[in-house]
Amino acid sequence: MKITEEIVDYVSVLSRLKLPREEKGKMVGELESILEYMDILNQLDTSGVEPMSHVFPVKNVTRTDEVVPSFDRAALLQNAPVPDEEAFLVPKTVE
Amino acid sequence: MELNQLTALQLGAAIKAGEVSVAEATAFSLERIQAKNPENNAYITVLEEQAMARAKALQAGVSDAVSPLYGVPMALKDNICTKGIKTSCASKILGDFKPPYDATLVEKLDAAGSVTLGKLNMDEFAMGSTSETSFYGATKNPWDLTRVPGGSSGGGAAAVAAGMGWYAVGSDTGGSIRQPSSYCGVTGMKPTYGTVSRYGLIAYASSLDQMGPIARDAADCAAILDLVQGKDPRDGTSLNGEYGALSAGLTGDVKGMRIGIPTDCFGEGLSPAVSKAVLAVAETLKSRGAVVEECSLPIMQYVVPTYYIIAAAEASSNLSRFDGVKYGWRAEGFEDLTDLYNKTRTEGFGSEVKRRILLGTFVLSTGYYDAYYKKALQVKALIARAFDTAFSKFDLLLTPVAPTTAPKLGESLSDPLQMYLSDIYTVSVNLAGLPGISVPCGFDEHGMPIGAQLIGAALQDSKVLHAAHAFQLDTDFHKKEAR
Amino acid sequence: MSWEIVIGLETHVELATRSKIFCSCTTEFGGDPNTHCCPVCTGMPGTLPVLNQAVLEYAVRAGLALNCSITKYNKFDRKNYFYPDLPKAYQISQLYLPVCRDGAVPIKTGAGEKTIHIHEIHMEEDAGKLVHDPWIDQTRADYNRCGVPLIEIVTEPDFRSADEVIAYLEKLKSTLQYLGVSDCKMQEGSLRCDVNLSVRPVGSAEFGTRTEMKNLNSFKAIGRAIEYEAKRQIEAIEEGKRIIQETRRWDDNKDASYAMRSKENAQDYRYFPEPDIPPVELTEDYLTETRQGLPEMAEAKVERYQAQFGLPAYDSEMITGQKALADFFEAAVVLGTPAKLVSNWIMGEVMKKLKDCAMEAADMKLTPPTLARLIALVEGGTLNRNTAVKVFDAIFAEDGDVDAYVREHGLEQVSDTGLVQSVVEAVFAANPKSIEDYKAGKEKAFGFLVGQTMRELKGKADPKVVNDTIRTLLQEQ
Ligand SMILES: [Mg+2]
Ligand SMILES: [Zn+2]
Repeated sequence: MKITEEIVDYVSVLSRLKLPREEKGKMVGELESILEYMDILNQLDTSGVEPMSHVFPVKNVTRTDEVVPSFDRAALLQNAPVPDEEAFLVPKTVE
Repeated sequence: MELNQLTALQLGAAIKAGEVSVAEATAFSLERIQAKNPENNAYITVLEEQAMARAKALQAGVSDAVSPLYGVPMALKDNICTKGIKTSCASKILGDFKPPYDATLVEKLDAAGSVTLGKLNMDEFAMGSTSETSFYGATKNPWDLTRVPGGSSGGGAAAVAAGMGWYAVGSDTGGSIRQPSSYCGVTGMKPTYGTVSRYGLIAYASSLDQMGPIARDAADCAAILDLVQGKDPRDGTSLNGEYGALSAGLTGDVKGMRIGIPTDCFGEGLSPAVSKAVLAVAETLKSRGAVVEECSLPIMQYVVPTYYIIAAAEASSNLSRFDGVKYGWRAEGFEDLTDLYNKTRTEGFGSEVKRRILLGTFVLSTGYYDAYYKKALQVKALIARAFDTAFSKFDLLLTPVAPTTAPKLGESLSDPLQMYLSDIYTVSVNLAGLPGISVPCGFDEHGMPIGAQLIGAALQDSKVLHAAHAFQLDTDFHKKEAR
Repeated sequence: MSWEIVIGLETHVELATRSKIFCSCTTEFGGDPNTHCCPVCTGMPGTLPVLNQAVLEYAVRAGLALNCSITKYNKFDRKNYFYPDLPKAYQISQLYLPVCRDGAVPIKTGAGEKTIHIHEIHMEEDAGKLVHDPWIDQTRADYNRCGVPLIEIVTEPDFRSADEVIAYLEKLKSTLQYLGVSDCKMQEGSLRCDVNLSVRPVGSAEFGTRTEMKNLNSFKAIGRAIEYEAKRQIEAIEEGKRIIQETRRWDDNKDASYAMRSKENAQDYRYFPEPDIPPVELTEDYLTETRQGLPEMAEAKVERYQAQFGLPAYDSEMITGQKALADFFEAAVVLGTPAKLVSNWIMGEVMKKLKDCAMEAADMKLTPPTLARLIALVEGGTLNRNTAVKVFDAIFAEDGDVDAYVREHGLEQVSDTGLVQSVVEAVFAANPKSIEDYKAGKEKAFGFLVGQTMRELKGKADPKVVNDTIRTLLQEQ
């Protein structure tokens, strides 16, 4: 798989990473060699093989619909980088 | 009594017998940490006061000690959430994150009377094989401070090897417990996926992550797993597999046990010293009555790409929550929301983490999902099938843990692909959700430890421990001390 | 050229479970910011989701009632995108194996009957709420709604008018309320609708480029937004412009929609199977049991009301249009009140009040026993119908004790013929002209005399007694 700078730019936008120029150049090369190596998977015929997302046949794990008192708000907010008593703060988002 | 020569179980017994106080053991560990941490950097956080206070409190209850490891000082990898105690994943982006909750595993160890000495260094977000990608600096191998301890649970393996705690809990997504254990000459086990709750383990790749013990020997590992395993209502993927007390079954009897040696794991790229030491394990077990036979596992050549596609994909999603909004570190000087995200994540993550996020984002993106991610899930099914076939013939498989012993610091990071390839023997175990252990089995020409891996079928953790224990009854590689 | 409007709907419905979809926090509406939260629903690292069993059950119930086929092997997937209302930066949803598929909803409009096809229904979690605070120029993220269970119901592009859309939504809302799976309150956001709309020349087989409209908070807004957007697209095409596939936000105050700033490049949600949630397999037994457990729906009630209570079809349909009204009706009838009388009150006073107060029947405080008592007082002759309506008006908002109200306000009907007679005589004395008019054949004068008498008796007189007395006395004149 040939990796272009455009592809790296595209996935960078999706993953909210903005690599500096020199870092990006290096990344393109590294990703390319990794993905090139990964192409050996194409040697395997997987037609008809069901993709396996979960290893074990564990299924139907549910909880009953019961309310447990919520967590202490101060404890939830204590790690926020911008202190506030009620909420997490972000720059203006409204469209 | 030379405290350092005791295993965790032996120390637990001595504490119970009143021969050692919890405070003495704790103070001993803290002194060792004070002396050695500046050189090997195994710990990110040391909880001196808290550990001593805990030791004193535990001493009062020693007569009704609830577990064989009551009062034994230990430490946790820094991706395991500890209430009110900094949990950093060795990343800048988590800053001073102090979780408002304990991992289920931490609650269980607490209830069993453990003393937490601190939080252990690691590769950032458990992504790496050398523990060099930590924001808090590389951990060094206690056997040779110019070498890496392996990773990502390098801090745990180094701490146990250097006597800075009797055991550690690490996490293993593609070998992160077993590989550093092998590099540091200690015993480390990744149990069957789901047997230890992942609640409170900061996720790298959710379908592969599993916590497990790093200790002096297999008996300690069994005792630790006995304390922490079990189904957890907070983890839907945890297993109801009650497979009995692991410690209880360790008799050393391996008569008739069928052990397979996949020849595909002993070919090109494997250092001769490692190959020789690992194959010698088979001889030892054979002398105890095990039946050893060669077998083939050709799927091995596809495990590394499969692993890195799946792990990176899940990581790209799991690590999206680190955005400078709810917890952790936030960059400065941003213009708007997107800029806040970009700056925080670009400056907050190290380059290996960014590489995997980008790789994972790529393999999931429109147009590439089928060719990479879906393909990897299909190959994963084939890998699981190949192991099923192998375990229809064998109780255990014996392989190396890593192709070489611990490399020099700085050698591995320059070529990420080469580093990924060195995970070849460990990642398949995670893909198939199997139990695997690394046991010390020799030393190379530089005196660096070598580890052998025993792999069992799903939920056959007791067999894995059993064989490892039998091997350790006949050998003393695990008793050798670093420097 | 004449144009055809083509619409498909994506409707998000918040389920009425007690706890959230993946944690045990309450789903209750409101609350101070971030007080209905825990580490799981605020996306703290290390936490894991565990599926609420009721969410599955509610989704299956909805699917069965909307004639869907139910997926036996279910999985959840992650939908990845960055936004501060989504603390994990992914929404747990279903892409590959949604719980329901291929449903059908019959609707009725002025133009006739038709079937709207449902493409799929999937389960997912709701996001939080962002409120901008101008004082600090920062947006506050409140995660109380995070993790409230949703089903998203996606239709085929089957609608051709706003009327059809409204009829479908009314039907959907009523069905889900009957099932008890959602309260469907648009003002609280528990029913939200995105409209995908395109236009094409009548007779064309191809679809035009569609836009997606969001932020539609009422049926009225939906109707207006459809009208606006169809007009905008038609005008644009007629001017030779191209329609851009985009998301637009409806502004109810300005009666117009605006293209939303595209969130950084194209959307690429990178869905993949959620590794933290094991698959859910539904057995045939489970489905049969759930199907048998479905409550009586509107259609069945319409039939039954006609058969059991002899209600006209029209009444039956009106009352069953809202589950709360049907429940109210049945509760009042159980108390022994004649069905037709209850129906008359509901279709008259109750519905009028609800309309005047722009209120949903479900939010009504008036209780069936109160209305039953009111009807009983009219039937027993204690109240006349007009006074009863006044009592109803007075107690509707807060409910109340009918008897106490009547007593306190002295509203008992006057049936004392002696009293009525003396009042009528006084009215006659004061209005000799009207009596002459009556004698001259002006029937209107009779009504005037009745009105005067009623007024003197403060409206409490039994109308029959008044009529009889006046007629008798007039004959004697
Ligand atoms: Mg949705
Ligand atoms: Zn919650």
